[in-house]
Amino acid sequence: MTSATFPADPKPPAGWSRYFGFSTDAKVIGIQYIVLAFFYFLVGGFLAMIIRGELITPASDLVDRTVYNGIYTMHGTIMLFLFIFPVLNGLNNLLIPTMIGAPDMAFPRLNTAAFWLVPVFSLLLVSSFFVPGGPAAAGWWSYPPVSIQNPLGHFINGEFLWILAVALSGISSIMGAVNFVTTILRMRAPGMTLFRMPVFCWTALAAQSLQLIGLPALTGGAIMLLMDLSFGTSFYRAEGGGDPVLYQHFFWFYSHPAVYVIILPVFGIFSEIFPVYSRKPLFGYVYVALASFIIVGLGLVVWVHHMFPSGVSQWMRDLFMGTTMLIAVPTGVKVFAWLGTIWGGKLRLTTPMLFCLGGLFNFVFAGITGIMLATVPVDIHVSNTYFVVGHFHYVIYGAAVMGIFAAIYHWFPKFTGRMPYEGLGKLHCLLTFVGANLNFLPMHPLGLMGMPRRVSSYDPEFTFWNVIASLGAFLLGVSIIPFLLNMLSSWIRGPKAGHNPWNAIGLEWLLPSPPPVENFEDEVPTVISRPYGYGSGEPLVEHQEEIERRLELQEATA
Amino acid sequence: MTSAIPTPAPAHGHSEHPKHNLTGFIIFLCSESVIFLAFFSGYAILKTSALNWLPAGVDGLEWRTPLLNTVVLLSSSGAIVVAEHFKAKEKLWLFRGFWLLTMAMGAYFLYGQAVEWSGLKFGFTSGTFGGTFYLLTGFHGLHVATGILLMGIMLIKSFIPGNYDGGEQGVQATSLFWHFVDVIWVVLFLLLYVWQA
Repeated sequence: MTSATFPADPKPPAGWSRYFGFSTDAKVIGIQYIVLAFFYFLVGGFLAMIIRGELITPASDLVDRTVYNGIYTMHGTIMLFLFIFPVLNGLNNLLIPTMIGAPDMAFPRLNTAAFWLVPVFSLLLVSSFFVPGGPAAAGWWSYPPVSIQNPLGHFINGEFLWILAVALSGISSIMGAVNFVTTILRMRAPGMTLFRMPVFCWTALAAQSLQLIGLPALTGGAIMLLMDLSFGTSFYRAEGGGDPVLYQHFFWFYSHPAVYVIILPVFGIFSEIFPVYSRKPLFGYVYVALASFIIVGLGLVVWVHHMFPSGVSQWMRDLFMGTTMLIAVPTGVKVFAWLGTIWGGKLRLTTPMLFCLGGLFNFVFAGITGIMLATVPVDIHVSNTYFVVGHFHYVIYGAAVMGIFAAIYHWFPKFTGRMPYEGLGKLHCLLTFVGANLNFLPMHPLGLMGMPRRVSSYDPEFTFWNVIASLGAFLLGVSIIPFLLNMLSSWIRGPKAGHNPWNAIGLEWLLPSPPPVENFEDEVPTVISRPYGYGSGEPLVEHQEEIERRLELQEATA
Repeated sequence: MTSAIPTPAPAHGHSEHPKHNLTGFIIFLCSESVIFLAFFSGYAILKTSALNWLPAGVDGLEWRTPLLNTVVLLSSSGAIVVAEHFKAKEKLWLFRGFWLLTMAMGAYFLYGQAVEWSGLKFGFTSGTFGGTFYLLTGFHGLHVATGILLMGIMLIKSFIPGNYDGGEQGVQATSLFWHFVDVIWVVLFLLLYVWQA
């Protein structure tokens, strides 16, 4: 290993234009995913503003009722299929190859194809606003018989486009999952055994395995739904001998695990970030890693808890109540491991750390209401009320989105070479945390009082909590402004970032910022210890001092 | 760079990870099997809970011609194994012969399926019986057609000089896919034609 071969001169990135073409570089694709996802985050957020604007008064006075049905359906669909899955795939693309020392993904062209399907199906979905009858309006779960009505009789209708978009999204996700799993299993750096792999890669492996197992069931169910809607079959039509509950099984067999597909990588983000800013090793690394796969196993056998009021038999209710509650054990293991990591640590309250702390707080709250919802009598009582909406948004916005923001602030210097501004970041964090709690906490009393979801008008007794929730939502809408300002201005003219601005341990921090096209190329360091060796003084890789010295030299001369 | 622990080979770009394609393809097949599982379980649930499973005027499925089809498809799995054997022995023309035989058997299966479909007295809108029958056989037929297409591509690739010198993963993957299609058909035959009570 001589200084002539390491590191190969960081190839200067080809400029902005590479983000608008068919690149096969995982780091370019990662940023393409994230930027596109945030565009749709704004679209989905705008729809949420309309929903909360409508609900600030008891009367249905802002939009027409049928339009309202389309808006909440598209809000859910866009946020899940066009924001959260793409943004996580973006993080996977950026982090997996750099964390395991691979030059790129296992199948770079498949990666490109998977990404470019996203703009295709997103346009398909958004175009449904402009077809006769408007977009799909059966809720994001698209239950028959509501979803197979097609009252106007057009062949191309909102629901038709919805099913096509979801099926294409599934194909894109399967392509991504095959790629991520193969990359993690086969392209790790020398010496990086599974139990020396960063937890983010463990959780990505777990989440993508869930995609591979669950998603085909939804695709199968969606094909049958499309045939019922457009070709006159009766798989789900009771009048033709079909069974509408069958669709619910297909839908939730995937869509419950989908929540773990979302939250598992966020657990990975928490597990990466808490040790960095607590200056302590991750407490119980092996258990945190393995708990991910216990969540995968259990997560595949809990889906019926969404169907307690759907007329399933009592033994199924009892069984699935038990499995659902058991999920609290592996997630509890993780929560206590993070608390153990923070405990007695030398905390640095940077923006990513604050986002993680806020996300963890919200996640614990969501976990408690999750146990409440798993209990059959409570679930039947609050089913289809705002209690469920509140619980879900605490998980997805309160925990997952805050974790994603943490990841963006934490790895932003690595992949752009610029530091984000701390002041704006902390303001963003404060507004997000306060806004999310103000928005989603009132939904719980509303649900317990009996306010149903998916309605545009309600009894005046629900007004107080709805006004609070709407104010929280508008605060969340405002919170995105400092974020966008921060990202844009720091990317363009933020202070230059060194190779390891947070003093973190991991292969990605042994690369220049931003990393060269093929990461370590032929000079992949040999991993000799577990990740998160904070305070142990143990080097992560062979010749670590030499590598770091060379990076510093490079930065000094740059 | 030495290390006491057994380590995977260092990553030197993609060309030096020759096994990736096959790994990825196997992962894909596992995932693809779930969609069939979904259809099979949907079929079983609809069938066991149906009040009138068979549409009026239909008294079950004729099983003798499909059985012949099954035998042809199963034997084609043997033919593809022989083809792979000859490829390993680097007898390329024998490989191509048996490869083509496999394709022909697959095509015969599709033909037999088409003949069966055209003679049936029910359509895919004939209740859940008709719907599931055409969904399962049609979706499987689509996989058979895909398999034949893949084999065609591999056959053309075999004429590129030096292409198969280091072993060709596309051939292995296609062969795996063909066995997969076969196994699915066996389950499908049992569910549709044998389980008629």
